[in-house]
Amino acid sequence: MSQSKVKKMLFILSKATIENVYAAFIMANGARMEGIDAEVFFTFFGLEAIQTKKLKKLRVATVGNPAMHMPTMVGGLPGMEAFATMMMKKEMDKLDMPPVDEFLEILSASGVKLWACKLAVDMFHLEEKDLIEDLDGILTIGDFYSRADVEGTQIIFI
Amino acid sequence: MESNIAGIILDVTEDGYLNDLSQWNKEIAKEIAKEEGVELQDKHWEVITWLQEQVKKEVTLSVRGIKKSGVVDIKEFYTLFPGGPLKKATRIAGVPKPKSCI
Repeated sequence: MSQSKVKKMLFILSKATIENVYAAFIMANGARMEGIDAEVFFTFFGLEAIQTKKLKKLRVATVGNPAMHMPTMVGGLPGMEAFATMMMKKEMDKLDMPPVDEFLEILSASGVKLWACKLAVDMFHLEEKDLIEDLDGILTIGDFYSRADVEGTQIIFI
Repeated sequence: MESNIAGIILDVTEDGYLNDLSQWNKEIAKEIAKEEGVELQDKHWEVITWLQEQVKKEVTLSVRGIKKSGVVDIKEFYTLFPGGPLKKATRIAGVPKPKSCI
């Protein structure tokens, strides 16, 4: 098989809806499984995925998501988000997809570097103690760009 | 596709995975490991045996499964088979290439 020209994947995760968080995690893990380096930079709402108190409560967006095939008014009803999230988690469990906390452990053990965005951490008044232990550090976006240090690096914004 | 590994003509896929686990033996494993740049130690054999057992039980292989295996943890797994551990380990173990994305 031909060797991939992609050597390093850098993901910027800016959202906290389950579908976006899993997209980043699956791509980062998939990269490592292929022998490609991977790092994730959590910024803005993406930070929820690495806050110990919040990461287990991430949800699917039922409003403003046309692929839910649900009228916006219905999606906005109380309990709809929780219901849709429960359904999606059930399906994910069937495919042996780990929950967010376990997924972060897997990523870290697989050698994926996990970074928090300095500006967003300051903006949300967070401290290191609010974030997961596996975090590799808090960086500025400039620091993160400097992680793109090999030929064949790709940066993806989610 | 046919391939000559360790002096035996083997039935393999395009990616070099054995089509028939019954053709597998330790000599073949060592040859494939050499191609993959892995030198097999005791721990590698433990993982290989575990992988073969899982496949016989028709369990889908994934990195999460490795974590729960009790044989090896993920960090060690990546150290044992650097650069695409599940792909390399399954090829050496003579089992099909995993189709899982996780």
